Amino acid sequence: MKPTSSQFKKSARVALVDPDLQRAMGFIRSGFVENRRAAVEKLPEFDELRRSARGIKEHTLQNLDFYLQAFEKRVKADGGQVYWASTPEEARDIVLGICRRAGAKRVTKAKSMVGEEIAINEALESAGFEAIETDLGEYIIQLAEEPPSHIIAPAVHKTKSQITELFHKHHARYGYTERQTEVPGLVDEARQVLREKFLSADVGITGANFLVAETGSTVIVTNEGNGDLTNTLPPVHIVTAGIEKVVPTREDVSTLLRVLARSATGQEMSVYTTFSTGPRRQNDLDGPTEFHVVLLDNGRSQMLGNEFHEMLRCIRCGACMNHCPVYQGIGGHAYGWVYVGPMGSVLTPLMVGLDQAGDLPNACTLNGRCEEVCPMGIGLPGMLRQLRRRQYQNRQTSTVSRVALAAWSFLVRRPRLYRRVMGGAVASLAWLARRRGRFRHMLFAGGWTSVRDLPAPQGSSFQNQWRKRRQGSQS
Amino acid sequence: MTSDATSSSRNDSPSIRVGLFVTCLVDLMRPNVGFAAVKLLEDAGCLVEVPELQSCCGQPAYNSGDFSDTQRIARQVIAAFEAYDYVVAPSGSCAGMIKEHYPRLFATDAGWRNRAQQLAGRCYELVSFLHDVLAVEDLSIARKGSVTYHDSCSGLRELGIHGQPRAFLGRVSGLELREMTDSNVCCGFGGTFCVKYPKISEHLVSNKVANIADTGADALLGGDLGCLLNIAGRIKREGRATKVYHVAEVLAGMADVPAIGDADTPDDTP
Repeated sequence: MKPTSSQFKKSARVALVDPDLQRAMGFIRSGFVENRRAAVEKLPEFDELRRSARGIKEHTLQNLDFYLQAFEKRVKADGGQVYWASTPEEARDIVLGICRRAGAKRVTKAKSMVGEEIAINEALESAGFEAIETDLGEYIIQLAEEPPSHIIAPAVHKTKSQITELFHKHHARYGYTERQTEVPGLVDEARQVLREKFLSADVGITGANFLVAETGSTVIVTNEGNGDLTNTLPPVHIVTAGIEKVVPTREDVSTLLRVLARSATGQEMSVYTTFSTGPRRQNDLDGPTEFHVVLLDNGRSQMLGNEFHEMLRCIRCGACMNHCPVYQGIGGHAYGWVYVGPMGSVLTPLMVGLDQAGDLPNACTLNGRCEEVCPMGIGLPGMLRQLRRRQYQNRQTSTVSRVALAAWSFLVRRPRLYRRVMGGAVASLAWLARRRGRFRHMLFAGGWTSVRDLPAPQGSSFQNQWRKRRQGSQS
Repeated sequence: MTSDATSSSRNDSPSIRVGLFVTCLVDLMRPNVGFAAVKLLEDAGCLVEVPELQSCCGQPAYNSGDFSDTQRIARQVIAAFEAYDYVVAPSGSCAGMIKEHYPRLFATDAGWRNRAQQLAGRCYELVSFLHDVLAVEDLSIARKGSVTYHDSCSGLRELGIHGQPRAFLGRVSGLELREMTDSNVCCGFGGTFCVKYPKISEHLVSNKVANIADTGADALLGGDLGCLLNIAGRIKREGRATKVYHVAEVLAGMADVPAIGDADTPDDTP
C-alpha cells in the first residue's frame, strides 16, 4: 500500500472525532490492556520469562547469518524452497512466480504482516489471481479495501453494523441476501463463504511468528484455525516472513509463545499454534506438495547493530500500541501504513522513509508505557528520539522550530542572561494575568491555548527572588 | 563548587550539602515549588544551595533531536552541580534527564561520561530523595480535604516514583487520598508534543481531567510542573473547580497560595 503517513495530522484529527472509532478503541483499553494485566498477574515469573525471551532473540540476532543459513539448510533437506528478497518488489515477484508456475487461480491467505508490508494482495489481484484473506478481521478489511488498524486485531476499528453492510454488499453474489446483524450470524456467514474458498484454493500463503532453525519449521499462531486450513489444504504453501523471525530451537519457540500470547491478548496460549515443516511426506495424510519460504529483508539487515537494532527483537504482539495513549486516541489508520502505534512509528520511517513519515516519531509524549509493557524490552521511546535526531541532522524539521530551538539554546547556555530575559518576561506575564491567573489566548502559543488555558507565572522568577533574599540577608 | 552559589542554612551542623536544580518551569512559572523544596530539604537537615549557573536540563533540545546542544547544556549542569553531595530537583522528568540520559549523551566521550555517571548516581527527584535517601518519616503537616495524585511518566518509569509521594500524603493529617483511574497514564503534556499535536494532546488531557473529576477530590497533586500546567490549563478551560498544586507545596505546608492557574484575587468570570 502507498503510505499516507504524511497526512498524519489530518487523519488523527478526523479519527479523534469519529464516534465509531472511539468506541472501538474503548475495547482495546478494556479488553487487551485489562486481559494482559490479569495474565501477567497470574504468572509471577513473567518478568523472568521476558528476560529469557529477550535473551533468545538477542542471541539469535548476534548470530543471525548462522541461524538463517541453518534454517535454509533444514528447509531444503525436507524438500522445501527458501528465497531471499531484499525488497518488497523482489518478494512480490517471487510469490507471483510461484503462483504462476503452480498454474494457480485462487490464493487463500492467513494473516501476515510481511504480506501487508509487501502489499501481496494488490499484487496478486493485479496479476489476475483471486486473493482471499481468511482471518476474519483481515477478510473484513479486505472487503472494505482498508489496511489493518492493529497488527493482531486488524479490523478492531470496524463496528458490527459496518460489517453487516459490508457482508451484505459482498456476499449477495453467493446467495446470502439477508442482513446478518448479530455476531454469530456474521461469523457463520463468513465461515460458509470462506469454506468454499479454502477447499478450492490452489495456493495458501501464511506469515510466520517464528522460523525454527533446528527443524526448518515455520510457526504461526491463530485463534480461528484459518491458518491451518490455509497451510494444509492447497497444494502449494508459501510462507512470507521477515529475516528477524528465526530462532534456534523449538524450546526457544515455547518460551517466546508464552510471552507472546500473554502480551498480545492476555491468553496463556493462542488457540492454534501450528508448525509447518516441509511439504507433505510420503506417508502424510495431508499437507501441501510444495513448501516455499520467502524471507524478506526490506531494511532489516541495515538495522542490525545500529541504533535501531532492538527493534529486530519485536515479536509483533501489539502490547505497545494497546498501551499507547496516542494510539488509543487515534487508532491505527492515522499512522498511514501497515505497522502502527509505537512499533509502527519506529518501523514506518525506517521502511518507507523518514521524509514520508516525519510526524510519526514526533507524535509521541515519550511517556514510556510502551517500553514498560514490551515483552522484548525494546526501548521504543529512545528510538523515536533517535529518529528525531536524524530529522534534525537532515534538516527535516521546520525552519521556525529550528530558529526557536537555537534561540532558546543560546539563552539556556548563558544562565545570567537567561535569568534577565526570562525573568523579565515572566514578571510581565504575571502582571498581565494578575486578575485571572491564566490566559485563554496568547500570541505564538496557539498550540497550547487552542485546547487549554495557560496558567500564568506566579511573578518574579525563583532565581531572582532567591538572589534578592540573599542580598537582603547580606546587607 | 561554583563560587557564586548561595546558601541558606538553619541547621547548626548540616551534614548533607544539596544543590537544588530548580528546573526551568519551577523557576519561571511557579517559584513557590522551589521554596517548598528548599523548606522540605532544610527541615530534613540539608544545607541547600542554588547554583547560579543553571537554567534548564536540556530536554527540549534532547527531545527535538538536537543532541549537540543537549551535550553543551548537560556539561553546564554537570559542572555546576558535581561538587555537591546530591543534586535534587522538584521534578521526575528533569531528575530523570540527569540521572538516566546524561550518561548516554556522552557514549563516545569517556571523560564527560564519567562525570555524568558520577552526578547521575547522586541525582534525585525531591520526594523520593526525602523518602528513600533521607528516610524522612513525618512532615508534621495537616491539611483538610481530599486530593488525587497523578503519576508523571518520567518519574514513574525512569525513577520508580510511585509509593513515596503516597506514603507522605498518607501521613498528612486530615488529608484523604483518592486514587484516580489510570493515574499512571500520560496527561498529554510531553514537552513540545502538546503544542505540536494539540488535538491529540487535548484527547489525553481530557481523559485525565475526567478521571480526576470522577474522584471528586478537591485538588490534584503531582510531582512535575509540566504535567500540572497542562492539566490545570485544561481544568480551567473546562470550567472545573479542582485545584492543582505541586505535591511539594502541600508537603511543605505551603499550599496556602493561589493554586496553579488561579489568581490572587479570584475573578471567576468565565
